[in-house]
Amino acid sequence: MTENNTLLKVKNLVKHFPITRGIIFQNQVGAVKAVDNISFNIKKGETLGLVGESGCGKTTTGRTILQLHEPTAGRVEFRGIDLVEAGDSKMRELRRDMQIIFQDPYASLNPRMTVGRIISEPLEVHNIGTPKERRDRVQELLRLVGLNPYFVNRYPHEFSGGQRQRIGVARALALEPEFIVCDEPISALDVSIQAQVVNLLEELQEELGLTYLFIAHDLSMVRHISDRVAVMYLGKIVELADRDDLFENSFHPYTIALLSAVPLHNPAAERERKRIILKGDVPSPANPPSGCRFHTRCPIAEEKCSVEDPEFREYEEGHWVACHFVEKAQNQMK
Amino acid sequence: MDDREVILDIQNLRTRFDTQEGKVHAVNGITYQVRAGETLGIVGESGCGKSVSMLSVMRLLDVPPASIQADAINFKGDNLLEYSKGEMRRIRGSKLAMIFQDPMTSLNPVLTIGFQIKEPLKLHLGMSDDEADERAAELLKLVGIPDAESRLNDYPHQFSGGMRQRAMIAIALACNPTLLIADEPTTALDVTIQAQLVELVKELQDELGMALIWITHDLGVVAGLAERVIVMYAGFVVEDAPVDNLYEDPRHPYTFSLLKSLPKLEEEPGTKLETIEGLPPDLLDMPTGCPFVPRCPFAKDKCRELNPRLEEVAPNHQIACWVDINTGELR
Repeated sequence: MTENNTLLKVKNLVKHFPITRGIIFQNQVGAVKAVDNISFNIKKGETLGLVGESGCGKTTTGRTILQLHEPTAGRVEFRGIDLVEAGDSKMRELRRDMQIIFQDPYASLNPRMTVGRIISEPLEVHNIGTPKERRDRVQELLRLVGLNPYFVNRYPHEFSGGQRQRIGVARALALEPEFIVCDEPISALDVSIQAQVVNLLEELQEELGLTYLFIAHDLSMVRHISDRVAVMYLGKIVELADRDDLFENSFHPYTIALLSAVPLHNPAAERERKRIILKGDVPSPANPPSGCRFHTRCPIAEEKCSVEDPEFREYEEGHWVACHFVEKAQNQMK
Repeated sequence: MDDREVILDIQNLRTRFDTQEGKVHAVNGITYQVRAGETLGIVGESGCGKSVSMLSVMRLLDVPPASIQADAINFKGDNLLEYSKGEMRRIRGSKLAMIFQDPMTSLNPVLTIGFQIKEPLKLHLGMSDDEADERAAELLKLVGIPDAESRLNDYPHQFSGGMRQRAMIAIALACNPTLLIADEPTTALDVTIQAQLVELVKELQDELGMALIWITHDLGVVAGLAERVIVMYAGFVVEDAPVDNLYEDPRHPYTFSLLKSLPKLEEEPGTKLETIEGLPPDLLDMPTGCPFVPRCPFAKDKCRELNPRLEEVAPNHQIACWVDINTGELR
């Protein structure tokens, strides 16, 4: 991996949300450790998939990268520029190149604005073009995402979920960004519509050379769209590898269990397979377990796991994992 | 042929809703049977009528605005449509139980878990409070909640999503139902919790022998769970087949396209997903022909004029389509 084609570099990123008590005199009594010391790089033109269960901090990661949440600690470098240190005006300039597509297409579009205004708003904010040029650009964008350009004067409620998500994509593309955080863009959509949106994202990536951070909990879709995949558990990245490597040769017990829990679309294989059912629930991020955060549910945990937090290390080339007992997991869980 | 007793026989069920915009055709004449101890999966996208059809069977819809019509809905030989409200109430939650999609909203937040499990025991089985207490603890243990006795005094907000769904299952199983209807019970939950619950329901079914209808939009969950699968589209049953046949040899263009639109594990990198273009029809204004025509790659003129009925194309395998998708010609 050469430095030059790294577009985004996340280093020791931490985001804690304070828990306060009291109404007027608010004392901090704890913190929700949503993202706790994670590091990874994203190369230009690639798609990094970020998976994990609800509450594991994947959405917070996406938002903290874009500085929509102020990080508690750590660095986020975009094209070599540290976003945490960059001032407001510099940041505003950089935001042109970094956009986000939100999960819920029903909540992320202002119901009182027409589609034309929604898509041209980023252009207005950044003072790009004359009104006429903006109108043309909106029509071009609508065509690009597969919607009829005559829809500019319609309101979001007139569209279906899949179409709304296309509007969200058009808005994200308005400023010709380089990097887009796709925060569960297909979770709220029906199966037959999901494929449409995923294909659109892939086509746009080819056409415009986009880089994606694709956040999702649907592992089969993540496998389809990603080049590399990171798995998160309770605010930590536990494993990061090339797509095929991760799915076929997973190291971390959590990844192994997670993959075994994904339903297959094949009744015969589904009856045969070995399933690893994890006990219990995900612990609260406000009070995460000591040592390795997964040890309370891990089928192969030993005493060391509850004491010492495993280092996130490169176990094989390009395959990172945070576990003390990788070999044991391989032998006993597969 | 399956010789188990038919316990639920739905004949030509039609459910409509009167709204300000017009009549919503939610369920448009569906017919199928469920046998004792069977696991039936019902799959379809949102708005295809899968939940509404079950709510119609349970008679849990407000009439009006809903109107429920059917030639018959026979449950163990009795037509549910002829039941009075009181008779319906006696069977609901005892012989015919249901678990709902959202465990966050389907439990009453101001009553303890124990109270809610004991309610059907006292109402349907006439247990005393002490007996019910004991049975409720047993049930909670059965669904895998540790420390069951003291957990009975907890309120729903003290339970996690997965535990709440377990409590819902305990309530549904309280009176040993003949048929359990599970309406997307795992949709709101994470994959690892989903796997726990699917495993639990399978075990309980083996142990208690009830029939199970599992409603979902996830073709994967059904593959591992159901014996037979019904695919619904726009309020119609379009395919009804044993689970292996459905996945290996789907005969309806909708099922066929839906299975193809899923990402495959063995696919080459960079493969495009197959899509089903367009959207499901507007239930306010149903087309006269087959509802899938605008999105169907096999559509013929006949499909636009006449809506096909469900017909058997292989043993126990029924589809509602004029076309043989293997040849692309009319059957």
